[in-house]
Amino acid sequence: MPEIFKKTFDTPAYKGSVEFNTGLYINGKWVDGSEGGFIDVINPSNGKVITRVSEGTEKDIDDAVAAAHTAFETVWGHNTPGYTRGALLYKLASLMEQYEDELAALESLDNGKTFGWAKKADLALSIGTFKYYAGWADKIQGSTIETSIDKIAYTTHEPIGVVGQIIPWNFPLMMLSWKLGPALAAGNCVILKPSEFTPLTALFTAKLAHEAGFPPGVVNVVNGYGARVGNAIAIHPNIEKVAFTGSTLVGRKILEASARTNLKDTTLELGGKSPNIIFDDCDIEQALDWTIHGIFWNHGQACCAGSRIFVHAKIYDEFLAKFTERTKQVKLGDPFDPTVYQGPQVSQQQFDRIMEYIDSGRQEGATVHLGGERFGKEGYYIKPTIFTDVKKDMKIVQEEIFGPVGVVIKFEDDDDVVRQANDTIYGLASAIFTKNIDRALRTSQRLRAGTTWINCANQLHPQIPFGGYKQSGIGRELGEYALEHYTTVKAVHINLGHTI
Amino acid sequence: MLACRRHLRLSALSAYTDTLTRRSAGGYFLSHGPLAPHIYSSGARALPAPRYVSSSSHCINSSKGSRAAPMSAGVVEITVPGTGKKISVPTGLFINNKFVPSVDSQEKIDCVNPATEEHLASVVAGSAKDIDVAVAAAREAFNTTWGKNVSGFQRSKLMNKLADLIERDAEELAALETLNNGKPFKIARDFDIGDSVGCLRYYAGWADKIVGQSIEIEPKTKFAYTKHEPIGVCGQIIPWNYPIQMWAWKVAPALAVGCTIVMKPSEFTPLTALKLSELIVEAGFPPGVVNTVPSLGSVGGAAISSHKDIDKVAFTGSTITGRRIMKAAAESNLKKVSLELGGKSPHLIFESADLDQAANWAALGILYNTGQDCTAGSRVYVQESIYDKFIETLVTKAKQLVVGDGFDEKVGGGPVVSKVQYDKVWSYIEAGKEQGAKLVLGGQKRSSKGYYVDPTIFTDITPEMKIVTDEIFGPVLSVGKFKTEEDAIKVANDTSYGLAAGFHSTDANQCMRVSDALEAGTIWVNQYGLLYNNVAFGGKKQSGIGRELGSDALHEYISVKAVQWNIGEKLDWPL
Repeated sequence: MPEIFKKTFDTPAYKGSVEFNTGLYINGKWVDGSEGGFIDVINPSNGKVITRVSEGTEKDIDDAVAAAHTAFETVWGHNTPGYTRGALLYKLASLMEQYEDELAALESLDNGKTFGWAKKADLALSIGTFKYYAGWADKIQGSTIETSIDKIAYTTHEPIGVVGQIIPWNFPLMMLSWKLGPALAAGNCVILKPSEFTPLTALFTAKLAHEAGFPPGVVNVVNGYGARVGNAIAIHPNIEKVAFTGSTLVGRKILEASARTNLKDTTLELGGKSPNIIFDDCDIEQALDWTIHGIFWNHGQACCAGSRIFVHAKIYDEFLAKFTERTKQVKLGDPFDPTVYQGPQVSQQQFDRIMEYIDSGRQEGATVHLGGERFGKEGYYIKPTIFTDVKKDMKIVQEEIFGPVGVVIKFEDDDDVVRQANDTIYGLASAIFTKNIDRALRTSQRLRAGTTWINCANQLHPQIPFGGYKQSGIGRELGEYALEHYTTVKAVHINLGHTI
Repeated sequence: MLACRRHLRLSALSAYTDTLTRRSAGGYFLSHGPLAPHIYSSGARALPAPRYVSSSSHCINSSKGSRAAPMSAGVVEITVPGTGKKISVPTGLFINNKFVPSVDSQEKIDCVNPATEEHLASVVAGSAKDIDVAVAAAREAFNTTWGKNVSGFQRSKLMNKLADLIERDAEELAALETLNNGKPFKIARDFDIGDSVGCLRYYAGWADKIVGQSIEIEPKTKFAYTKHEPIGVCGQIIPWNYPIQMWAWKVAPALAVGCTIVMKPSEFTPLTALKLSELIVEAGFPPGVVNTVPSLGSVGGAAISSHKDIDKVAFTGSTITGRRIMKAAAESNLKKVSLELGGKSPHLIFESADLDQAANWAALGILYNTGQDCTAGSRVYVQESIYDKFIETLVTKAKQLVVGDGFDEKVGGGPVVSKVQYDKVWSYIEAGKEQGAKLVLGGQKRSSKGYYVDPTIFTDITPEMKIVTDEIFGPVLSVGKFKTEEDAIKVANDTSYGLAAGFHSTDANQCMRVSDALEAGTIWVNQYGLLYNNVAFGGKKQSGIGRELGSDALHEYISVKAVQWNIGEKLDWPL
């Protein structure tokens, strides 16, 4: 029998308790992993074990896929009308609203982000995303197509079937909502693998999905390691679509696995090294605040983080001085302290990787202008770090660090910054700061990125698509666009009189 | 208007999804928490409960003593027969989230229970000046707390909340609908109200999905985009046949896109619209977003149609009134007009059809809601090879319907709505007899109380008979005969109307050919009368302008703004 996790919080930000099952949620039931293994879940604020969760295996993925197929053939897919799917999604969103504080506390505990940000960003957007897609469920439509007088043709947008979804640890619940929302709205059945670092809110949400009344097998949550469970999803012959958010390295493996197995439809939302462009005619105070939010929000663990900060030569010195001053005010500490902005990085592994990047920056000759070291004695805290004097071929300029590390680069004019900004294998996001709207629109057009934020950064809405150019991914999440990746088009031709 | 998903549920879904659907149709959602105050940018907040303002405090120009004072905006208690349960109904005009008396009118509207012919309640009859007050409230709300001042996400939340409240109060609303309209209680609760809840939820889902286009023109110098903005203040005039459902069809798309509303319910059935107005307040809509002014068509309806500050009028009702509304719009401020009008819809039975099923649908098509349905399949044409057999089956089916008091469990059809309607329907039956049609069922008046018309079927009809050309809006069916598919299409399309049409055939090619050839806004193939909230509905020819339901209805409440932006072109002058 899988274990029940109980936890009472008594913190300045939240007091209350949670209780849920830490097993695998397959076919509407909580089960142990087939090999009886467990994964320890670590609190990144102190490195201690919070609890352990059941570890899934290839066999568990097989079971989940079988359950999902049965559900798709009998109680979901074509068997349930859109308004019923919509009602269930809305019910799930309402339950998440009811347990907003509990979910935010769990997310904070597990991921290290502050309770305040978890609630106002992760929870708000996750609930909003479920409500948004609840509204789409009865609005999936094809078209009728005029051809010749003796033919009628129409398309139907059908659910793909059984979908595997692999999500990361940086926004555990939000990524879950981005994945489950459109998949379920369109009528697919899902096998979701949360990150082994942050499975807790996915398990709590599985409990809520059960309570909402999703039929068994429609939503399955299988904890596990990427190398086993993630791989099992990627190569599974009976999974017809896989959606992944994470690193470009792993995304490539998933695409390869799909190519060599059943050519499952694949969408990838991968890394970024997004430019944050400060023109000399910007509102500098606003630009500073957005830039800090752009790189340091979620401790830099955002694929769309504005990690390359380009500043016009005319205002470079002034901007850098103020940017440094403001960054010094970023308060690190206990995620449950309401005055804290930045908590720990998610894991020891992640902490080590970021520190290696900081070392490589030093070795390659960049200047550590601010930070560059651990904060405190325990937990995976890293001080907000600013590099200057960087060159374009340095690792810290080319590679995604996924931590609170920004590089500041000077530019001379519009052409120069566009060239530098596009000089990357990535193309996820970008931000532009200028009061000249003509310049903003022209620059936006020239940037090779899936999102351009004008006079803002790291803004996400359920209605607005998100995804990458170049090696930042394939496909789009959010908005109506995401539905395209969870439906398959059937064209129906009806012959009314054409004889051969 | 029979958007009965329950039919689908019974026939098509597995046991498990059946359970889901049933749960989703009744008391399913949790109630939401209170709205965050920041929704309303002006800081205006919804009142916690409606206020009933007495006439003395609000009456302008009331002449002291010499004439009767305007009717006060009070509350009347109506007793539900059988249970003895009391329903309180506000009797004032609902403006700015308050129930108020008329500013200048002494008139009242008397509501009658059509099953007993007894007086139910009297409510304030709004005047043209009351429409002015309501429009001013709606305009103020549009400019400050609704329209572009509130996000789609928040509109969606309020609409879902309203749906929750209607679901909660379904029994009470259904009882009131039955008392005022006559339709069976179960049908009011499960179909009219169930589908109204669905309609609100469907459009709640649209509220955060209103999108325009961004348009490539000259990439280096020009940029353009369109915004789908709410039209503004909408007048909505609804009929008495589906008082709650027509309210939902009108209100839901208008609110979803951000319009504000002056609603005029029918003078025959204003009670549920007033009751729903209480829920508008409880759901948390800002004052002035939805206003309800019961009034006579010739007073309130005319004032809405000719009002200079109403941006759009939507009407459901007779073709003759629709024409007047359009004329008034043309003569006043060219307000946008959408009309959902009458019909004389054909229902064709081809020889390959499953006759038993076809007879069921034909009976439903003319007898549902006692024939008071603009889509009623009032002209049935049967292929001659199966004609005799079909008539026999149809008469048997029609006889099975129990017509009586809506609170009687066995009853599937109620009385017609009013004395006026009763007299009109009977005059058509008499005309049918006089013009030589053969009566094969019904046609006899009852001696008891209530505006009852039993199912009536005429055969041996000719094209010029009044029962064949006119919309009767009662349970009176004309059945004709045809030889070929070509004849059937010709006779089906031989009408000034084009709201709906249905036919039965098991020949797939024939189905496609006939559905293409019929001139109507809705074509039912091997079924009749079913509507879905996500499928467009409206008329061709003189059955109307515009569409309700589906995404199409949103366009009726949207005004497209094209923004053209120069980001690089220098203009040389002179040219």
